[in-house]
This record gives sequence, C-alpha cells and structure tokens, in this order.
Amino acid sequence: MPHLEIADLSASYEKGVDVLSGIDLQVERGEILSLIGPSGSGKSTLLRVIVGLLPPDSGRMVVDGTPVNFHDKRSLRDLRGRCAIVFQQYNLFQNMNVMRNVTIAPTKIKKRAAASVRAEAEALLEKVGLGDKHDAYPDELSGGQQQRVAIARALALKPEILLLDEVTSALDPELVNEVLDAVRVLAGEGMTMVVVSHEMGFVREVSTRVAMMDEGRIVETGTPEEIFDRPSAGRTRDFVAKILRG
Amino acid sequence: MIERIVDEIPRFFTWYNTIFFLQAMGVTLALTLIGCGLGSIFGFALVYGRQTRGRLFTPVRVLIVGYVEIFRRIPFLVLLFIVLFTTEGFGVRVSFFGIALIAICVISTAYISEIIRAGFEAIHRNQWDAAEAMNFGRVATLRYVIMPQAWKVILPPAFAYFVMFIKDTALASQMGVLELTRVAKIFNDRGYSAFLTFGTCLLLYFILSYPLTRFGQRLERRLASSRNR
Ligand SMILES: Nc1ncnc2c1ncn2[C@@H]1O[C@H](COP(=O)(O)OP(=O)(O)O)[C@@H](O)[C@H]1O
Ligand SMILES: [Mg+2]
Repeated sequence: MPHLEIADLSASYEKGVDVLSGIDLQVERGEILSLIGPSGSGKSTLLRVIVGLLPPDSGRMVVDGTPVNFHDKRSLRDLRGRCAIVFQQYNLFQNMNVMRNVTIAPTKIKKRAAASVRAEAEALLEKVGLGDKHDAYPDELSGGQQQRVAIARALALKPEILLLDEVTSALDPELVNEVLDAVRVLAGEGMTMVVVSHEMGFVREVSTRVAMMDEGRIVETGTPEEIFDRPSAGRTRDFVAKILRG
Repeated sequence: MIERIVDEIPRFFTWYNTIFFLQAMGVTLALTLIGCGLGSIFGFALVYGRQTRGRLFTPVRVLIVGYVEIFRRIPFLVLLFIVLFTTEGFGVRVSFFGIALIAICVISTAYISEIIRAGFEAIHRNQWDAAEAMNFGRVATLRYVIMPQAWKVILPPAFAYFVMFIKDTALASQMGVLELTRVAKIFNDRGYSAFLTFGTCLLLYFILSYPLTRFGQRLERRLASSRNR
C-alpha cells in the first residue's frame, strides 16, 4: 500500500483555471520523491494540496490507506498531523525565538508536556547543528540557519511525510549545502519525503524517484537515472538540459 | 483686544464655567474613547468575519465588505443625521449623546477594520500557511503568530485615526451634543471673545489628543520591540 496516493486530482485558485490537472502520484513509505519542472508548473500547489492548505476540485488522495476528505475538519486535522511542510522562506514565526518556534505547535496545539517537547526540541536543534541558537530570533539568523530551524520545527511535529518546497532557493549559494546536509541526514533515516528542488545534483543523489511537472501535469516519472540520463518526454529533456547548463 | 481678554479672564474662568468646560471635555473624551474602543472591537470582528471561507459564509463576507465600503465613504455629519432621522423614524427616543455615539461607532468600526485588515495583510502569507499546516486554528494563529507581528503595523494608523476622531467629534455639536466645540460656541454667544472661548477650546483639544498620541507611541514601542517569550 502506498504511503501517499493521489489519483486524477485537479486543483485551482480561481474557478475554471486549473493549476493542477489529472495528477496521478504514488509515494511508497520511505520513498523520497522529487518534483522538478519549470516555475509555475504547479509544484508548490501540489504540496499545498497534500498538506491540506488548498482543497482540490476533484480527484482522490489517500494517506496510509485512509482517504482524505478535504471538507471535513477532522480529516484535515488528521492529514496535517501526518504531514509537515517547509517553505522557501518566511517559515519561522518572526515574533518567537528558535526554541519557541520549535515547541509552540507540540505544546500549544498538540497539548503535549512542555518538558518532553523541550528535550526533543533540543535534540532536533542539535541534529541540524543549531544547538547553541535556542534564544536567537529569526532575524538574527542567516537564511540557511533559519531553514535548518524550520526543518527542526517540522520534525518536532513527528510527521510521517515531510514536504520541502524549494527550501534552498532563497539562499546564497554558500548556505545551500548546510541545509541540504540536514535533509540528507533525514533521507538516510527513511522518512517519506516529497521534495521540490532545483538542485539537480542533490535531487539525483537523494531521490528514489523523480516526477517531472509541466503546466499542472506530471509529464513523466522515473528513477533519477531515467529522468536525467534517458528522459522520454521532450519537455523533460529540454528542462533537464536547460537546468544542467545552468 | 488684549485688554479686553485680560479684562474678561476673571469673569470667564469662574467655578461654574470651568466645570461646564471640563464636562464638555469629558463628553468629547467619552465619545472618542467609547466610540473608538467599540469600533476597535467590532472592527476586529469584521476582519475575522471577512476571513471566513466557503460558500456558506459568502453572505457574511458580502455584508461586511458592503458595510465597510459604504461607511468609510459617508461624511460623519451626514451619518449623524442619518442616525438621528432613522431612530426618530422608528420612534425610538435616543439622546443626542447616544446618537453621536452610535454614529461614531458605525464609522470607526468601518475605518478601524480596514486598518486591522491592512495590518494582517502585511504579514507574509507563509506565516499564515505555516501555522495552518501545523494545525493552528484561526484563533490560535491570530493569537500566537499574527497579532504579535501585526501590532506594529496597526498601531500607528490606528492612533492617528483616534486622534483625528477627537476632532471629528466636534461635528456632534451640530446636533446639540454639549461637547467642547459646542460649549465654546455657547460662551462665545454669551459675549465672551472668540479668542478666549475658542482658545480655551483649542487648548483642551490639545490636552486631550497629545497624551493619546504619546500613549500610542509608547504602546507601539513596547509591543513592537517586545518579542513574545
Ligand atoms: N495564491 C495563488 N492565487 C492564484 N494563482 C496562483 C496562486 N499561487 C500560484 N498560482 C498560480 O498557479 C500556477 C502554479 O504555481 P506554483 O504551484 O507556485 O508553481 P511552481 O511552484 O511550480 O513554480 C502559476 O500559474 C501561478 O501563477
Ligand atoms: Mg514553487
């Protein structure tokens, strides 16, 4: 049974203008699926649908065998309890320090005991290399540090599926690797992930599968080797060639 | 002219006259504070209602947008008379003070809701989305994430508006509410020089509005710099 299954799914922001159309996607447990494709092809929108921020117009989504009802509060809450997302930027709550950013949802929303949440948060911040930044505010951190905190915060929710939306695109080149390293660690631990990234070397290295999107559709899926070395769709060939040329 | 004013001063600042002026000042202050206080609460409620989603709440949103767009555009004086004639039309007897207060609330609600909305919209969309994706409800999102950041955007225009409103309450004098401007006019009609009566009036407006401005600045500094633990 796939961990995440999407079938014939369409979504839009304005009625009649489909941003996603006929999306079919299956992600197995422990898989790392990368979404690639030109800007505006609907990658972020797909992640927003998966995490329950945008209800689709039609189609089905099944998580761990349970169909998601996007118009039912309980079902949505359950979905969001299983997924966590990190955006390109402005993830961290600007009015809270690092520790508070990581602990607020587990304590205030999940109502877990503060002491154990804090202990976990300390371990997670250590893991992303920010064990000494508990009291810093987001505007006192570099972009790379902020993204690593955002990843730690996502992990504090104990998600089954982690969604990463271009988490390094807003960063200066020298900060990209520290964030990718944090993701590599998670990739090695077998967490299910859906990753949008333009870092093709990284995508190729960590992904178990790659899906190429264009104009709201998935035009091709395959192993990294298939997509990068022997793409079958013309769009994929053009896109990969263009990205690799830089 | 100076001579005349100096001559009038002892007769003008009698116990009775001073109390009369201070009472008027109290009325002006009450109109402003109650009006803007209620306006802030209702204004917040309107923003909250406007953020609802789904077809079910469409009528609510339409009503709110209509309300805000209409009452932001009506001159205060016109609204005063609308409230006056509406209450009379329904045979309800409301004091002039009550009518002025209703009119002020109606207008300040519309204005302040726009100020609050602009403050919310200044917060990056990802802050809302991150909270929602972490299962924050709307109230929790506002309380923990949005309000602590939106204050600094909301407070300056809000206080500028409150201070402006102190002045606008003068229009209630047109209807006979005994607030500052009206009382100054009464004294003027009794023969005291305009310089003295309206000069006192001006001074009292300043005494009302200056502390409010300062208070706003202090609050702004406190809230904007305070980072919530
Ligand atoms: N909030 C929004 N409202 C309306 N249209 C949007 C919104 N966000 C994205 N879009 C549109 O949806 C399409 C897909 O956008 P997006 O999912 O962000 O693409 P990608 O992440 O692949 O760059 C684009 O045409 C974009 O203009
Ligand atoms: Mg995107």
